[in-house]
Amino acid sequence: MNRQDFPTTALTENDYPIRYFDSGATSLRPSAVLSAIERSSIHNNANPHRGIYTLSVRATQEYEDARRTVAEFINAETEEIIFTRNATESLNLIAFTLPPVLFQDKTKNNIVIPISEHHSNFVPWQRFVKSNGYELRFLYCDKQTGDIPDSEIEAKIDEGTAIVSFATVSNVLGVHLPVEKLTQKAHSVGAVVILDAAQSVAHEQLDVKALDCDLAVFSGHKMYGPFGIGVLYGKKELLDKMPPFLTGGDMIDDVTETLTTYSPVPYKFEAGTQNVTGAAGLAEAVRYIKNLGYDAIAEEENAVLQYLTEELEKLPFVTLTIPSPTVPRASVVSFSMDDVHPHDAATVLSEYGVCVRAGKHCAHPLLDYLGVPFRATLRASLGVYNDTSDVDALIHALKETYAFLTKTSKPV
Amino acid sequence: MSINSVYTQIITDAARDKTNRREIPGAQFTLSGVNPSCGDEIAVQLELDTQESYASLAEVPDDVVITDCSYLGQGCAISQASAAFLAELLTGKTVGQARELRDTFLGMIKGSVTDEEALDKLEDAQALAGVAKMPARVKCATLAWHTLSE
Ligand SMILES: Cc1ncc(COP(=O)(O)O)c(C=O)c1O
Repeated sequence: MNRQDFPTTALTENDYPIRYFDSGATSLRPSAVLSAIERSSIHNNANPHRGIYTLSVRATQEYEDARRTVAEFINAETEEIIFTRNATESLNLIAFTLPPVLFQDKTKNNIVIPISEHHSNFVPWQRFVKSNGYELRFLYCDKQTGDIPDSEIEAKIDEGTAIVSFATVSNVLGVHLPVEKLTQKAHSVGAVVILDAAQSVAHEQLDVKALDCDLAVFSGHKMYGPFGIGVLYGKKELLDKMPPFLTGGDMIDDVTETLTTYSPVPYKFEAGTQNVTGAAGLAEAVRYIKNLGYDAIAEEENAVLQYLTEELEKLPFVTLTIPSPTVPRASVVSFSMDDVHPHDAATVLSEYGVCVRAGKHCAHPLLDYLGVPFRATLRASLGVYNDTSDVDALIHALKETYAFLTKTSKPV
Repeated sequence: MSINSVYTQIITDAARDKTNRREIPGAQFTLSGVNPSCGDEIAVQLELDTQESYASLAEVPDDVVITDCSYLGQGCAISQASAAFLAELLTGKTVGQARELRDTFLGMIKGSVTDEEALDKLEDAQALAGVAKMPARVKCATLAWHTLSE
């Protein structure tokens, strides 16, 4: 597949090739992105939006070109793209600046999120409601299928709902959330829809116009881009109403002793010197995904995913966290090993070069709700570099690990 | 493989041995700790030979004897073994000795205590020394011991 594009896949651990199954946490980066970062660091190394000299003009151009590239990528207008550090910062920006706008409407009194949300789409809302007495409501999913029942959606989203915020794909369950259904319901009661596309954007098209979401967020580092650059999309008319988040340099029109006027969007949300090399790397990651094409990515990943789930299901000591999804799985699979704590398993798997995530995946409320053993799981997630040989290595390592930790056969 | 030096028989046995994973009805102290990287929770219980009541373990004089020690909660083999070693070791010791053993144990995991005579006092808990070389698991090994500092 595309393994050769990713230098990290050539690494070894105890002479075993690295088998990277943690793209849900952060993806590997292709050579093209690494080169773009280096090129930008050398040739466009100046403070953007400030200097008059050519180097600074080029830095500005690079940054604004990246904004255009990202806008096209998700079918947004250029000024609707705000660069942040990551999805978490994007969500915090929203949680601090959107509620003051929406809760001016005194009929609004609640925010709705699925119980499966990552802490970054959980804690900011919990913190907000704690300070003012509004209600944070949870959509609970079925524990076998991962689906949110229609009755749950009907019961929780009502005329008082100001915000419905949810991940397109859960980073633990690996199920697709019903984006259209939730969006329609939310809009029917006049609520704003926020999509956390962190887990899906590397795998599936995010078309903000087609989905009609009001805001959307994702991180560059989970889509083959660099660390430290993230995206916030918002409908222009909504962003115009939201006050700035951080203030300081670069985001102002004018400052006097007593008064500041802010730049128009997107600049009013981008305070301080911006991450030009990050934006350059992200733009290159977008081009990398576009060159492969989402159709080809889906075809290849789904084949590996299907093989992975089938092979996992064959292991008698493994239980999939969501045994019977009704919608196709996304590129994330959580599972448990009988009587073995996920941390112990991940430590031993690492000896075989196998990189999986273990624990509560920044979703403590979900793991508590699911009630799985140890309130933690193992998680394997895929990227465009994974192939069936990775799955074979994972399955082999899982068998050895189980044997080692339960001592039912010879230790490794 | 280095893994063999961590998941030794003594550690996996201790993790499975639930003798001291129990509730002490008359415990003066229940000290709990959470491992932020995995969310595992462990509580250490202490029964002390004293009629006084103290607001925190820090206020208990060094010469008070720990008459019983146990732990509660679920976790990985390393955190469970570590708690089991702690409970076994502290039963019958004074609070002052417990404080010293805690410092020695935490020093061993940090790599700052290597003196064999000091380490010998940790008895079976010495088996966790290998964790010093596994940064990702240090919090698991030290979880129970850190509760003594609360
Ligand atoms: C669904 C989801 N949302 C948000 C995040 C947070 O991303 P970041 O840590 O890059 O801000 C993650 C990352 O794990 C995620 O999986």
